[in-house]
Amino acid sequence: MSEREDPSDMSDRHSSNAYWQANLRIIYTCLAIWALVSYGFGIILRPLIAAIPIGGTDLGFWFAQQGSILVFIVLIFWYAARMNRLDAEYGVDE
Amino acid sequence: MSQFTLNLLVIGASFALYIGIAIWARAGSTAEFYAANRGVGPVMNGMATAADWMSAASFISMAGLIAFTGYDNSTYLMGWTGGYVLLALLLAPYLRKFGKFTVPEFIGDRFYSQTARIIGVICLLIVSITYVIGQMTGVGVTFSRYLQVSNSTGLWIGAALVFCYAVLGGMKGITYTQVAQYIVLIIAYTIPAVFISLQLTGHVLPQLGLFATHDASGMAFLAKLDQVVTDLGFRQYTGHHNSTLDMVLFTMALMIGTAGLPHVIIRFFTVPKVADARKSAGWALVFIALLYTVAPAVGSMARFNLTTTMWPGAQAGDTFSQPAVALSDIESRPDLAWMRNWQTTGLLAWEDKNGDGLIQYYNDTATEGPAAEMAAAQGLGGNELTTVNNDIMVLANPEIANLPGWVVAIVAAGGLAAALSTAAGLLLAISSAVSHDLIKGTLRPNISEKNELLAARVSMAVSILVATLLGLNPPGFAAQTVALAFGLAASSIFPVLMMGIFSSRVGKEGAIAGMIAGMLSTILYIFAYKGWFFIAGTNMLPDTPDAWLFGISPASFGTIGALINFAVAFAVSAVSKRPPAHVQDLVESIRVPRGAAGAISH
Repeated sequence: MSEREDPSDMSDRHSSNAYWQANLRIIYTCLAIWALVSYGFGIILRPLIAAIPIGGTDLGFWFAQQGSILVFIVLIFWYAARMNRLDAEYGVDE
Repeated sequence: MSQFTLNLLVIGASFALYIGIAIWARAGSTAEFYAANRGVGPVMNGMATAADWMSAASFISMAGLIAFTGYDNSTYLMGWTGGYVLLALLLAPYLRKFGKFTVPEFIGDRFYSQTARIIGVICLLIVSITYVIGQMTGVGVTFSRYLQVSNSTGLWIGAALVFCYAVLGGMKGITYTQVAQYIVLIIAYTIPAVFISLQLTGHVLPQLGLFATHDASGMAFLAKLDQVVTDLGFRQYTGHHNSTLDMVLFTMALMIGTAGLPHVIIRFFTVPKVADARKSAGWALVFIALLYTVAPAVGSMARFNLTTTMWPGAQAGDTFSQPAVALSDIESRPDLAWMRNWQTTGLLAWEDKNGDGLIQYYNDTATEGPAAEMAAAQGLGGNELTTVNNDIMVLANPEIANLPGWVVAIVAAGGLAAALSTAAGLLLAISSAVSHDLIKGTLRPNISEKNELLAARVSMAVSILVATLLGLNPPGFAAQTVALAFGLAASSIFPVLMMGIFSSRVGKEGAIAGMIAGMLSTILYIFAYKGWFFIAGTNMLPDTPDAWLFGISPASFGTIGALINFAVAFAVSAVSKRPPAHVQDLVESIRVPRGAAGAISH
């Protein structure tokens, strides 16, 4: 944890700040998708995509009972892989 | 071989497995007892987390909740899985980096306050104890149904088993038994689901069968189900009937409540690295999704089977093309033996009110439509399938689908695995809060490692005893506790953890005020509509959608409580001192993964 040994070292502070800002941007992207597939397609936007039929019902129903969960899984693994790369880029990996 | 002998053999074998694991995985240090020495791989931890998380409610009740409500209860599916995205992105990696043993310990260190830590312990105890009562009750019910013993005998057997591996092995023993329990419960859930999907749609995967064609009628399965249930006067299965705002808030309360449950969070303390904590949340969700994507298929198909049993004509043609099932058939036909079996448990009941020898199942509150016309034409005095418990959709599923006896036995073992694994995880969260946060953190800071381990074991034994006694005499509000547990985890624990990580400005005054405001507002709102301590008749306002503030149901209020928590914490922090430098450094340090391995030493 070299960036913590001397808190007055501005360059390390700066680097860890840039890492944190990059992490926050990735989190915002993931949370936007997370909300879109569940609260969006699954609930609020369901009437808008109701015209797309799927197995006796509409796409919104599929998102509410299957699709959102599948997207959540992909999101977490994507986030984990993206963060591993980011950790390495900023030299803060384990 | 009789069904009873089969049940005994399968359940006995699963218990022997758990005890074998308990003896193999004994804990020798506090690091092993609290966090399995941080040596659990991400896939293994994901599996253990899935068992830890999926309770008797997920296994037994959720499919029924969806079956009898339809689309509107998709909130449970999204809410109880979406929380893992929040855990992976917002909490688990940072709390793993922090590298200590309990959730209140983080709150105490980050907000440099013993008071904050104690409030954290109180929130944890309320959430976990209300939750564990439901698990212990579930163990008793499952035992009594499948092994012909009384509820209380079943409960003591379950408690003795948990005692074996939780007191001996702590987190280490619990982790490996949870892995075994996950395998038992997922097999038990999947086998009947695959068969029922094959029978109705010809699809092996229930997730596909749900959206496929119903073989007997040639219609899309969900369209057929919609038709049958609306003919009988029930609400359209795929339709959206509840308030959109309340659905959103309820889903959110379940998501942030899930992310704030201490017994789930501490599972992420057991992995070796920060990167493993992120990945492990993904694996947990994969294993959870194996059940959660199957549950809506089980629910809708079991409801369809139940309905077509009552109205045989609905299977291939119009709902009323044949008369309803005859009372004499229910009482004698071998393929309807399951109805007689479940009648004895009280979960299913019927009554030929008009004495026509038929049992008509319909919604007698519908005043127009085919069901009302049918009821008038046949001179019915009301719905004659008088009790259909939600839980029957899973418990009776193998019998409804005419599956062999060993499947019934596996479902019994699966129900027990679900309840026991969650109970053990909760008991560990409770006992480590007592031994680590209260005894070592507050009362006896100089306690030796050896004595703390002893204290942890004694706390575990006492927690099991208390949970068992509460399970034997569940307070009248046991059924309501899910709303309370999730509401409190959402409104008190989740916000304070998130602010501790994402803000370096919020200090102890803000955190304490926020937690108290979030917790109290949620408790007051729930009690105002549900009655003080859930005692019927003491509610100050009627528990109906019209009376709810802005149409927000008490179960959804955790989301509002969380917003209140955030708002109060930021407002108070704006006028109080910044956190001291060492806390600013702590926040900096948990935000970067490097150094997590070094934080193991305590």
